[in-house]
Amino acid sequence: MSGEASKSIPTKVLWEGGRSPFSVSYGKMMMWFFLISDALTFGGLLVSLGFAKHRYETDAMVGEIAWPVSENVFWHFPFTHAFLPLMYVALMTFILIVSSVTMVLAVEAGHRMDRKAVTRWMAWTVVGGAIFLGSQVWEWSSFIKGSDYGAYRMADGRMATLINMNDDHGHGGGHEAAAPALAEGEEHAHDGEHHGDAHANHGDSHANHGDEHASHGDAHAEHGDAHTGHGDDHADHSDDHAESHAQHDNESGHYGNDHGHDHGDAHGHEEAVDWENPLEIPNQEKYAWALVLERTDTIKEAELVAEVMHTNEHVRGASLSRNEYGHTLYANFFFFITGFHGTHVLSGVILNFIILLGVLKGTYHNRGHYEMVEKVGLYWHFVDLVWVFVFTFFYLI
Amino acid sequence: MERDDIIEYSLDAHHSEDEGRKIRKKIIFVTALLTIVTAVEVGLGIIASGWVGVKWELVKWSFIVMTLVKAGYIVMVFMHLGDERKALRWLILAPYAMFILYLSFICLTEALAIADGVNETGIGQ
Repeated sequence: MSGEASKSIPTKVLWEGGRSPFSVSYGKMMMWFFLISDALTFGGLLVSLGFAKHRYETDAMVGEIAWPVSENVFWHFPFTHAFLPLMYVALMTFILIVSSVTMVLAVEAGHRMDRKAVTRWMAWTVVGGAIFLGSQVWEWSSFIKGSDYGAYRMADGRMATLINMNDDHGHGGGHEAAAPALAEGEEHAHDGEHHGDAHANHGDSHANHGDEHASHGDAHAEHGDAHTGHGDDHADHSDDHAESHAQHDNESGHYGNDHGHDHGDAHGHEEAVDWENPLEIPNQEKYAWALVLERTDTIKEAELVAEVMHTNEHVRGASLSRNEYGHTLYANFFFFITGFHGTHVLSGVILNFIILLGVLKGTYHNRGHYEMVEKVGLYWHFVDLVWVFVFTFFYLI
Repeated sequence: MERDDIIEYSLDAHHSEDEGRKIRKKIIFVTALLTIVTAVEVGLGIIASGWVGVKWELVKWSFIVMTLVKAGYIVMVFMHLGDERKALRWLILAPYAMFILYLSFICLTEALAIADGVNETGIGQ
C-alpha cells in the first residue's frame, strides 16, 4: 500500500511539528494502542491457563485429577455422532479466517473508492462473524451438555468415564479409542500399578467416608446454588441430595439413582436406563458398561463398575463447579477465555454492522476516504488473531 | 465546519486498480497459507493425541511456531502493520513481545515448581 507511511520526510519537516507521529492518523494510532492493551488482557488469560496446565497436567502421572486433553472433549460435530476431534473448532477457525479475509478485501476496495465492493465485503464480514457466534453457542451447549453417559467422580476427585462397550453407534468411541492408545505407550509399564492404586484409593474412600461426606455436602450446597436457574428437575435434585445426605450410610446408592432419572429425561429418544442397578437393565447385551479411569486404566469387571456407579457422584457435562472431563479449572478457563473472545466477536459484529450502515449511507464516500473501515478492520483482524492463539493454546496444546 | 487540527493521512492511502489487483493476489496467497497451516495443525493435533515426552514437546513447539507464523501474516498483511513506518512497528510489537515473553516464562516456571513441590511433599494436593 503506497501512501503517507512510505513517503520519506526531511528531518527538518519532521521535527517542526504540525504532523502526526509515525504518519498515521490519530484514530488509527489510538486503535492500535487499544489493541495492545486488549492483547495484554488476552495474553494474561492465556498465560494463566498455561500456569494451571503446567501445575496440574503432570499430576496425571501420579494418579491425580488429570487435565483434560481437548481432543477427547471437543469431538462432537452437528448432525453426526462420529468421533471427529477438533473438526468443529477447525471449522470455526476457518470461518473466522474467511471473515477476516472479506474484511481486508473491504479495506482494499475502500482504497479504490469502490463503494459497491466495500458494501459487499463488509456485509460478508458481518455474516461470517454471526456464523462464528452461532458456532460458539453450539460449542458451549455441547460442552455443557456433556458426553452420552457422563462420568463418575471418585472420592479423590478423579473422573471415571462411563463407556458402553457394545455401542454400535460409536457413542463415546473417542474415549475408547483414546484409552488403549495411552495404555500402549509409556503408560503401559505403570498400568498394573495404576490399577492397584485405583482400587486402593477406592478402599480408602470407604474408610474416610465421613470426610468425603462433608466435602460432598459442600459441593452440593454450591451445586444447588449454581443450578437454581436450570429448572425444576435441578431444584428437585438438590432436595434429593439433602435427603440422601441424611441417610447416607444406608442408602449411598441413591445417588446414582437420581442422576439416572435425570439422564433418562435428557435423552428422551433413548430408553430409560435404571442407573441404580446397571446389572439388571433390560437388553443387557446393549449395555456392557466399562469405566475408564483418567484415560489410563479401564475397569471392565461388572461388579466393580456397579460398585463405582453406586458409590460415586455422577457428573455429566461441565459447569463452573464441575466438569465430567477432568479438572474443573479446565471448564472455568474454557468459559472465561472463549466467552471473553466471544464478547469481542459480538461487539465486532455490531461495530461492523454500524460501519456497514455508514458505507450504505455514503458517509465515508463523501468524506473522500474509507478510514473508518480500516479502523474497524483493525479490530476485526485482532479478534481473528486472538482466536488463532486461543485455538493453539486451548485446543491444541 | 472543517477542522484543521485533524490530519487525514488516509487521503494519501488510495491506490489504483492495477495496484489493487496485486494486493488482492497477496491477500489470496495469505488466505491459502493460513488455511493450510490450520489444517496441518489440526491433523498433527489428531495424530499426536496421547503422545508424551520429547515427541510431544516437539509437536508442542511446532504448534507455537506455526501459530506465530499465522499471527505474523495476519498482523503484517491483514492489519497492514508491514506498510506502516518502522518506528510504529517497533512501538507496537517490541513492548508487547517483551512483556508477554517475560510473563509466560515466569508463570510457567513457577507453575512447574509448584507442581514439583506438591508431588514431592504431598502438601497442597
